Amino acid sequence: MSSYRLPSGGLVDRAASLAFTFDGKPMQGFAGDTLASALLANGQRLVGRSFKYHRPRGVLTAGAAEPNALVTIGTGGRTEPNTRATMQELYAGLEATSQNRWPSLAFDVGAVNGLLSPFLGAGFYYKTFMWPAGLWEKLYEPFIRKAAGLGRATYEADPDSYEKCWAHCDLLVVGAGVTGLAAALTAARSGARVIVADEHARAGGDLLSTTATLDGLAGPAYADAMLRELASHPEVQVLPRATVFGWYDGGVFGAVERVQKHVAAPDPRRPVERLWRIAARRAVLATGAEERPLVFGGNDIPGVMTAGAMRTYLNRHAVAPGRRAAVFTTNDSGYALAGDLERAGVEVAAVIDSRPDALAFPGLRARVIREAVVSDAHGGREIQAVDVWADGKRERIAVDSLAMAGGFNPVIALACQRGAKPRWSDAHGAFLAPDVDGLSLAGAAAGVTGLAACFESGVRQASAALSDLGFRPTPLATPVVEGDVVPAPAPPLWMIPGVKGKAFVDYQNDVHRADLDLAVREGYGHVELAKRYTTNGMATDQGKLSNVNAIGLLAKARGVSPGEVGTTTFRPFYTPVSFGALTGAHHGKHFQPVRKSPLHDWAARRGAVFVETGLWYRSSWFPRDGETTWRQSVDREVLNVRANVGLCDVSMLGKIEVCGPDAAEFLNRVYCNGFAKLPVGKARYGLMLREDGFIYDDGTTSRLAEDRYFMTTTTAYAAGVMTHLEFCAQALWPELDVRLASVTDQWAQMAVAGPKVREVLQRVVDEDLSNAAFPYLAARDVSLFGGRLRGRLFRISFSGELAYELAVPADYGESVADALMQAGEPFGIQPYGVEALGVLRIEKGHVTHNEINGTVVPADLGFARMVADKPDFVGKRMLSREALVAPGRPQLVGLVPLDPAASFRTGSHVLSKGAAATLENDQGYVTSTAFSPHVGSTIGLALVKNGASRHGEEVLVWNGLRNEMTTARLTSPVFVDPANEKLHA
Amino acid sequence: MASRVPCPHCGLRPKEEFTIKGAALPRPAPDAGEAAWIEYVYLRENPRGAYDEFWHHTSGCRRWLVVSRNTLTHDVYGARDVALGGETQP
Ligand SMILES: [Zn+2]
Repeated sequence: MSSYRLPSGGLVDRAASLAFTFDGKPMQGFAGDTLASALLANGQRLVGRSFKYHRPRGVLTAGAAEPNALVTIGTGGRTEPNTRATMQELYAGLEATSQNRWPSLAFDVGAVNGLLSPFLGAGFYYKTFMWPAGLWEKLYEPFIRKAAGLGRATYEADPDSYEKCWAHCDLLVVGAGVTGLAAALTAARSGARVIVADEHARAGGDLLSTTATLDGLAGPAYADAMLRELASHPEVQVLPRATVFGWYDGGVFGAVERVQKHVAAPDPRRPVERLWRIAARRAVLATGAEERPLVFGGNDIPGVMTAGAMRTYLNRHAVAPGRRAAVFTTNDSGYALAGDLERAGVEVAAVIDSRPDALAFPGLRARVIREAVVSDAHGGREIQAVDVWADGKRERIAVDSLAMAGGFNPVIALACQRGAKPRWSDAHGAFLAPDVDGLSLAGAAAGVTGLAACFESGVRQASAALSDLGFRPTPLATPVVEGDVVPAPAPPLWMIPGVKGKAFVDYQNDVHRADLDLAVREGYGHVELAKRYTTNGMATDQGKLSNVNAIGLLAKARGVSPGEVGTTTFRPFYTPVSFGALTGAHHGKHFQPVRKSPLHDWAARRGAVFVETGLWYRSSWFPRDGETTWRQSVDREVLNVRANVGLCDVSMLGKIEVCGPDAAEFLNRVYCNGFAKLPVGKARYGLMLREDGFIYDDGTTSRLAEDRYFMTTTTAYAAGVMTHLEFCAQALWPELDVRLASVTDQWAQMAVAGPKVREVLQRVVDEDLSNAAFPYLAARDVSLFGGRLRGRLFRISFSGELAYELAVPADYGESVADALMQAGEPFGIQPYGVEALGVLRIEKGHVTHNEINGTVVPADLGFARMVADKPDFVGKRMLSREALVAPGRPQLVGLVPLDPAASFRTGSHVLSKGAAATLENDQGYVTSTAFSPHVGSTIGLALVKNGASRHGEEVLVWNGLRNEMTTARLTSPVFVDPANEKLHA
Repeated sequence: MASRVPCPHCGLRPKEEFTIKGAALPRPAPDAGEAAWIEYVYLRENPRGAYDEFWHHTSGCRRWLVVSRNTLTHDVYGARDVALGGETQP
């Protein structure tokens, strides 16, 4: 393969040779190359296979719109599929792999799809595969997925890091071509805070590929001078390799900066990509224009590219497109390329100009064929010839490369992402976007042509925006530009006569002209329908090159103007954004951090098995030697609490301090039961309702002082209750003087339970713990270890045993737990986990959110008498509405299987004895189950219609999913100590 | 949806810091009729245009705000602390 690199010129560093591979083949490029320019320099024109027909494809553009040259970069966890070779900077050691070909790029079996193309036209999914539906999953979809496609993502984890950040500025300039640089410099000189984002590695835009001079300087030198001055302004930030992909509400723009996607081994201390959210008071869109391809047969054969791209490769990268080129143009811009090609020593076989009145271009040697079109390009993996029609005659001209200059589409995507509609301008032959909401367009993005005019446009739009903000901009003088070819607007050329081969509109999705004709014929001529029917514009390039051509062709077919056809909707992202960038640092444990109780390490030391509940890691059970199943451990822990004493970490309960002169009144309004008269030193179980009358959460709240309460919430609802209380305090009753503080993390809290608990606790707590001195529901500040520590002791019980909860400052948790274990050793104390806790509370008939599931009111759980007769509380009014007091509501019951060896599962339905297993016969459902060592069988809690009056009734427990049926008996939900003698012992 | 919300205590802050409760409706008196309560608990206007909502500055000052915004244009007119009252600050 011969080299197409020119011996001199361009912005590549010939001293810095970079070795890379393409499909394993070693190649050489230079610093300053993109992967695309390096491939072309190596003569590698065939770069990929197309999506549907597997046609050979090469490099079509030199920028973000590239639909063809998509490759996979890297290996292992750094595999990055669908990378546009035109945007990928070359680095030493880069490994690129072509996509969508098998077994090889040059010989591809899937190309047979091209022969099947009559069956793969527009709408083929709908037509071919509608029936029979069963075949879709088994046959059609796997086939299509295999045959049509892009690169494959890796299953390996991405080893690199990503980050997100905010930035703020007066003026955001998107694009750092001549327009953007002029706008940015205007703003910089006026003292504004400026951010300039450019998607390329090197700022300058077309200045880097023009042969014109500005104030006597070559384009790149002029760009560098502007960048140098920008760098000297401290309030200016230039972000190269940063694509502004979205414009969001409130002047916020999203941008992704590819920080280290151009190096072989990223520095692990820095992110590879950075997601910016830029809050800009004003923005100037200087995004330039995209050159339109021309829709002739074979316009996708490698060697065909846009004229602007060919010029960029020639002038900037010093890569010749071939030995003998042709230029097919609709406007003057093609001549700039033709001239440059000739100067670089490339033979220009012909300039084919669609206009009858094209002017002669001074100095050009090439033959100019006026009022002519290229109808077809010929060749397989490379272009070999073109058919030119002029004067009604066809002429075949041998070429090895062909440039298409079809006019320009201003890049207006960002401006139209928030609902602004582009309008068609006949004068420009293009869709333009309006200036809206502090965003204005400048330069080629606004339809302006020529370097000098673009410069002026950038200065003007920046000045206007800055004046709006109160700055006093001093306009920059426009440089004297020489040698610039400024194309006058020319009518677009949509429909090319005489086309024989496939003329592609959307390269990436393999949509060709006939597909659009078909869409119109079949009634899908509306632009949004045509898009979906043909998939035009639906590929990862979002139709950057194809949408306007499709609109033009639809307009022709329908006999209306492109403006009447209109555009499809513009949405973020402008170009694909990696999941890594969107995720930022929020993955793994950074996304779901671990919450550890102050007693976590204490539990771990005692061999706890942990379970994740929300963010918390809770100790589930503490296995002992010889125990082979979790049930053995849990049964032992349960029995030990009932017989001796156990210690359980309950630190993860939500804890909220409620303080202030009106704290009592406040609690009285947030709980449905009475709290106003709770004496100091006492705890009370409370039920919180929602305004709709259903129970929200429960917990124990203790009055530590006249104006100070300590509330506990369930673990799961800790954050929600805090937010709810804040709402009540601030929005509902701001007149109440009350303060709230979350103290969940400040306290280590232990439940110590069992008949022998008092003896154990008394060895640690200084105060008298006799039943008389510290009765049931006492709650007090206590002294520990002879006055060395203070804690809070609550005589409350979730297990039904004589029990206390002891809270100590979090950092003392471990030592206090150790001290309790030591003190309890003679009494057989054992730690128990949340599994045993669950069994104990089910045995006692205590509810959790299994029962408080958003559908129950206090009466359903047997708490009817708790609801206080007081003027107001959250949920009061709705609690009395008809449905919530109607007979037949679900009520909490216990459930035991008739056969102690039988069991049932949570979620099973309860049916009346003898009833058929249908949902119509549903009487309720099982909310909690456990094996009860106390009862000697599985037991359950259930919500059953009128359950409270049905104790003793035999029922069926039906699990329709597993086809299980168990006979059981409804019972009181309290299986242990129904008279509460243990509690009060 | 707004990108940033002007918290009267914290300034313009990203919307991710806030939790939205919904329409900023006044709570009826406890003895208001059932219709008023049904309306308060269940019925929403879902207007096309100006809308006042309760927003909680969850990851900030933890104050409840009334945010005035436009559901059509996504403009945020301003916000005020629900308890402290005062003018809506842009
Ligand atoms: Zn705030």
